[in-house]
Amino acid sequence: MDASNTITTTTGRRSGRVRHGRRVADRVLRIACTGATLVGALVLGSILVMLIVQGVRGFTPTLFTNPTPGPGSEGGGIANAILGSLVLTGIGILIATPIGVMAGTYLAEYGRGSKLAALIRFLNDILLSAPSILIGLFVYTLMVRPMGTYSGWAGGVALAIIAVPVIVRTTEDMLRLVPGTLREAGAALGAPPSTVIMSVTWRAASAGIVTGIILALARIAGETAPLLFTALNNNSWFSANLMGGVANLPVMIYQFALSPYPNWQGLAWAGALLITATILALSIIARLVIKPQASR
Amino acid sequence: MPALTESIAVGRTRSATARKAPSRSLDTLFRTFSYGAALLVLLVLAGILGSILYGGWPAFREFGFGFLTSSAWNVGTEQYGALVAVIGTVASAFLALLIGVPVSLGIAVYLTQLCPGWARKPVAMTIELLAAVPSIIYGMWGLFVFAPLFARYVQMPVSNLVEGMPIIGTLFYARVPSGVGVFTAGIILAIMIVPFIASIARDMLDQIPTVLRESAYGIGCTTWEVVRHVLVPQAAVSIIGAIMLGLGRALGETMAVTFVIGNANRLSASIFDPSSTIASRIANEFNEADGLQLNALMALGCILFVITFVVLIIARLLTRRVQSA
Repeated sequence: MDASNTITTTTGRRSGRVRHGRRVADRVLRIACTGATLVGALVLGSILVMLIVQGVRGFTPTLFTNPTPGPGSEGGGIANAILGSLVLTGIGILIATPIGVMAGTYLAEYGRGSKLAALIRFLNDILLSAPSILIGLFVYTLMVRPMGTYSGWAGGVALAIIAVPVIVRTTEDMLRLVPGTLREAGAALGAPPSTVIMSVTWRAASAGIVTGIILALARIAGETAPLLFTALNNNSWFSANLMGGVANLPVMIYQFALSPYPNWQGLAWAGALLITATILALSIIARLVIKPQASR
Repeated sequence: MPALTESIAVGRTRSATARKAPSRSLDTLFRTFSYGAALLVLLVLAGILGSILYGGWPAFREFGFGFLTSSAWNVGTEQYGALVAVIGTVASAFLALLIGVPVSLGIAVYLTQLCPGWARKPVAMTIELLAAVPSIIYGMWGLFVFAPLFARYVQMPVSNLVEGMPIIGTLFYARVPSGVGVFTAGIILAIMIVPFIASIARDMLDQIPTVLRESAYGIGCTTWEVVRHVLVPQAAVSIIGAIMLGLGRALGETMAVTFVIGNANRLSASIFDPSSTIASRIANEFNEADGLQLNALMALGCILFVITFVVLIIARLLTRRVQSA
């Protein structure tokens, strides 16, 4: 009884002796860190509120059925831009997926310990955060100038170049998580390396690889800068040969948002809401697909 | 019994050799294709550098070293210089770091040390979603939501306050308090790089052995002391790497900056005044550019390439060294 009393008083006195400055510094840190997180959440909230308030008004049936109107005229929709965006992103991801998955496979399976693979891995990481506008300039020089016209193909290639490093990185990371014993078991059955990779390691890492592709899709769906010099924009309906400008959501939003016409601005807001909702949904799906242990 | 085993073994060998012949050529093909895909990554990087060097060469030849030091940008007289855009790029990226780094480290510390377990996942997801928002949406948010508020509640009061003061007066005085300018661009860039720096810093803090943290708490350290004396020294190099990675993004960011920086070719000492960055100038002028102007824009692209790639290489070296150690 006596002893326990002493203990409680001692602990009481100890915590009382903590210097005032230490406690203040601690409290400042806690408040500052919580505040920083709140600011981040508030900005995201504010962006979403802005998009919903401004964009929902534009969500009419004609938005999805009519092409973009001419300057200053009323009505119209963004159907051609939606379709164009789908086609450009589709071309981009169709080019990028085989290249990215194969390159990631090389880095993880064949190139272990090789100097060249280390260099490629390093440069791929740099390409991952390279300014997308430079990729636009590259594709402009590579395709638009020789062909003499803006084209959907050039836009798709530019998006593919942005998507490849994302897919390479996630593919390699996911393949590295596959235990070596699985590969050895495959090889011990007499399967050649390509069979082991295709039917053992790829299958084991498939969820992670798919996540990488979805993340790449989310990344390129909203890219604007590289499309400015490659696919540009177009106010007419989509034509199948993809030559000349191809309408797409990001460039349409850029041009319409900064235009002086209220109708165009309204369409830009509706497009912005549509594209952001799509991309956020894709990112959330990608995070749900990925397994907790796989997140490096 | 032995005969049976033998016959099975023989049968198996035969079927294995029978299948091996076609699959070996497939094997080589597969290997070659994956090798080629990996080489393509190298080729693309070389192609980017090659194409902008090729495009920018006439401008470098025309203006020589003066291209870097000249602040002229006159389409009429065909006089071009990179100085304003380079300063705008560096200044906005620097402001972004100044604002963004403390915020991202704060978020990383909150997520790893202070956040209750149940809230950790949703909060982390919210911050990561900030990275998924397209750059053009940040531009619209910056121009239509943030800039008017910033002009009314920050630029005008501060301008009135500092007007006429010696150094602060030139640094913070807005001639036209419209809300757009270098400082606004810096804030928007800060928001855009926060999720990147925060998520790498969080991973690094998570990798530090719990024992270190717990022993520090065990001898009576406060959270601040644990962060300051245990966590930060452990993760310092890789956090600097993460910051450089954020810097690389801020330097090359295009659409958001194009919306909020004001796109003026004017050398001004005030961070409230409009200016332009390399990326915003290319985005604004490239489609209408012709002849020497096009070459000058490509040359600007070369400068951007060199700056960002040096920064990104340093960043990757710093983050890599710690991961392998």
